[in-house]
Amino acid sequence: MDFSFTEEQTLLRNTVQSLLQDKYDFDTRRKVAKSADGWRPEIWAQFAELGLLAAPFSEEMGGLGGGAIETMIVMEEFGRHLVVEPYVETVVIAGGFLREGGSPAQQEAHIPGIVGGETVWAFAYAEPQGRYNLADLTTTAKKDGSGYTINGYKAVVLGAPWAQKLIVTARTSGGQRDRDGVSVFIVDKSAAGVSTRDYPTVDGRRASEITFENVKVDADALIGQEGKGLPLVEKITDQAIAALSAEAIGCMKELNTATVEYCKTRKQFGVPIGKFQVLQHRMVDMFMAYEQSVSMTYMVNLKLTEGEAERTRAAAGAKVQIGKAGRFVGQQAVQLHGGMGMTDELNVGHYFKRLTMIDTQFGNVDYQLKRYSEAA
Amino acid sequence: MDMRFSPEELAFRDEVREFIANNYPQELRGARRGEMSKEDILKWHRILYKKGWVVPHWPVEYGGTGWTITQRYIWNEENARAETTPLLPFGLSMVGPVIYTFGNEEQKKRFLPGILSGDDWWCQGYSEPGSGSDLASLRTKAVREGDHYIVNGSKTWTTLAQHADWMFCLVRTDPNAKQQEGISFLLIDMKTPGITVRPIITMDGSHEVNEVFLEEVKVPAENLIGEENKGWTYAKFLLGNERSGIAGVARSKKAIERLKKLAGAELVDGKPLMKTDEFSRKVAEVEIDLSALEVTELRTLAAESRGRGPGPEASILKIKGTEIQQRITELAVEAVGNYALVEAPRLEVTGNEFVPGPEGSQGLAQDYFNMRKTSIYGGSNEIQHNIIAKMVLGL
Repeated sequence: MDFSFTEEQTLLRNTVQSLLQDKYDFDTRRKVAKSADGWRPEIWAQFAELGLLAAPFSEEMGGLGGGAIETMIVMEEFGRHLVVEPYVETVVIAGGFLREGGSPAQQEAHIPGIVGGETVWAFAYAEPQGRYNLADLTTTAKKDGSGYTINGYKAVVLGAPWAQKLIVTARTSGGQRDRDGVSVFIVDKSAAGVSTRDYPTVDGRRASEITFENVKVDADALIGQEGKGLPLVEKITDQAIAALSAEAIGCMKELNTATVEYCKTRKQFGVPIGKFQVLQHRMVDMFMAYEQSVSMTYMVNLKLTEGEAERTRAAAGAKVQIGKAGRFVGQQAVQLHGGMGMTDELNVGHYFKRLTMIDTQFGNVDYQLKRYSEAA
Repeated sequence: MDMRFSPEELAFRDEVREFIANNYPQELRGARRGEMSKEDILKWHRILYKKGWVVPHWPVEYGGTGWTITQRYIWNEENARAETTPLLPFGLSMVGPVIYTFGNEEQKKRFLPGILSGDDWWCQGYSEPGSGSDLASLRTKAVREGDHYIVNGSKTWTTLAQHADWMFCLVRTDPNAKQQEGISFLLIDMKTPGITVRPIITMDGSHEVNEVFLEEVKVPAENLIGEENKGWTYAKFLLGNERSGIAGVARSKKAIERLKKLAGAELVDGKPLMKTDEFSRKVAEVEIDLSALEVTELRTLAAESRGRGPGPEASILKIKGTEIQQRITELAVEAVGNYALVEAPRLEVTGNEFVPGPEGSQGLAQDYFNMRKTSIYGGSNEIQHNIIAKMVLGL
C-alpha cells in the first residue's frame, strides 16, 4: 500500500505548476477564453516542449513512458488553473485510441504529431438522440471499395474548432443501439464532406456541431476491428473520466481554499463569517466531499488497467462521486462568497461552471449510477 | 376549510386570462429579461397602468384595484401561466408602499405617479461592499448641510441601476448611534452630479447588477422619507414585502411544465427521459415540494387577509421558493445532456449566433448559474434561517 508519488512524478507536478503559475493566471485565462481563437497555440507548444503531450506514450512511441498517474497529475494542475486547451481530447482520448487500438502504422503516423504539439484532435462521438449512450449511433460508415463512406451528425464536439483531426464513431452494421457494429475512424477535419459550425461553451471552451456528408476515408482510417469498436470506446472514455476526475479535484481544491480564506476575512456582524457554526459545518462538508473525490480519483486511475467489469465500476463510481461533490462544492463556494461568488470577475464562478460541465461530459451522475449498478 | 375557488373567483380568472391573452405584446412572448431593452421591459407595465391593474396590492386610494387577496393570487397565477414579463419590484413593490405608508403628502404627490406610470425607474440602494447579510452595518454617509444632505459612499448589487432614474437609499445619518438607529431613508435622483454606475457582469454573462458610487452627492432634505434616523424601520417594512413576493410559486409551476416538455423530448435509448424512473421521480419530488409551498403561501395569504401581515414565517417562502427555483434549473441542465454545454449569447459574448440543441434548451446552464443568486439576495437563506430560529422558534 503506497499512495506517495515518485520523484519523477513530483518533478512533473512541479514543472506543470511553475508553467501555469507563470503563464496561466486567472485574468489571462479569462481574456483568452473570450478571444476570437479561444485558446493559445503558444501554450500548447510549451506543453509539447515540456513533454506534457508525450507523458502517457511509451518511449518506443516517442513518449515519456508515463501512465494514468502522470495524466492525473497534469490534469489536477490543469483543473486548478482552468486550462482550456484540448489536452483530454488530444492526448488522453485520441492518444488513447492510437495507443490502445491503433496499428503500428497508425501509431507511427499520428503519435509524433501529438507529442510534438503539431496536431490537435477532437472526439466526435455524441449524437443528439443518443444522450450518453456511446452505442446509440445514427452516423454510418459504409464499405466503399477498400475504404468507407461516412454520413451523419455529431453533437457538441469539444475542442473541434481547434482540431485538425477527428476520432469519429460510426455504425458499420447492426441496429441503432447494438453493441456490435460500432467502428472507430480517423477523419481529417478538412476532408471533403465534413462541415462544422463552431460555438463557445459555458465553461469558456469551444465546440462544434459536425456534419459528415459522403466523407470518404481509406481503409487505414479504421482503428481496431470493424464493428468491434465499442469496448475500445468504453475503455478510452473511462480513461477520459479518470482524467476529468483529476481535473475536478483540482477545481474543488481551489474552491475550498478560496472559500475558507474568504470566510476567515469577510466580516459581518462584527466577526469573520467563518466563526458561524452553520458555515463551519458547510465548509467541513465541502472538505469531506473533496477528500472523497481525491480517493475516487486515485482509485479510478489505479484501476484503468484492470478487467472491464472492475474498470467500469471504478470509472462509474468516480464519475458519480465527482458529479455530486462538484455540484455541492461549486454551489456552496458561490453561496459562501455571497454576491462576489456570482461575478464573472472572480474565479469562483468559473470553477463552478467547469465542475457543472464535467458532470455532463461522458455521462452525468444518473447515467453513471445506472452503469455502476448494472456492472456490479 | 376550502381550497377551491368560488364561481365569482373563477369568473374573475376567466376575465383576467382573456385580458392577458388579448393584450400581452406578441413580440415579447418567450423573451428573457436579460436580453430585453428598457422599453421592452416596461411595455407590459405600461399596458397594465393604462388598464389600472399595475398595483393590485396597493390601497385603492393610491391606485390599487381593490381585489381580494385571492383575486391577487389568481392574477399572479395567470401572469405566470402566460409567462408575461415580471413587473419590476423596485417602484411597485418596494419604494411605492414605503412612500404611501411613511411619506408625506408632498412626496406621495411627487413620486407615486411616476412609479405607477413606469416613467420613473427605481433602483435599490441597500447593500454595500462591506454590508451584505449584515445590512445595518452600512457606511454610506449623509451629512445634513442646510436644506441638503451630502452623501458619500458606495452601493453594490444594484439591480438594473443602469436604467434607473431614482434610487431609494439607506444612508447613515448618525455615526454615533447604535447601528440600526442612525440610518435614514433617502430618495436620490440618479442624474445628480457625483453618481457613477459601474456594471458587474455575472458568471452567466449578463449585466443585471451594478456598483453605484456616490461622491459628494447633494440630495434635497425634502427627499428624506419619514424621520431622520428612523430609516431602519422603513427598510425592514420593505424587506418584509420583498420576502413575501419571493416564493414565485406560479412561475415555478410554469418552469416545471417547461422542464417536463424538455425531458419529454430528450431520449434515453430511444425512450423519453421523462419516462425514466430516475428523472421522473426527481421531477415529481420538486413538484411535491412546490405543491406544499403553494398551500403554505395560501395559508400565509389567508392569514394576511384576516389582518395579520406577513410575519417572520414569510422566510419559509423565501427559503423554499428559491430552493425550488434553483432545483428546477438544475434539473433542466440535467435534462438536456450534452447540449447544456452550449453558451447562449449574452451581453459579454459577441458573435455567437449559433446556439444548437433541442427546442427550449438554449441558455439553460446560464439560467442555472444565474439562479444561484436567489439564495444569496434578499437576505441570504442562511439569514432567513436565523430569522425563523429567532423570531418563530424563540431560540
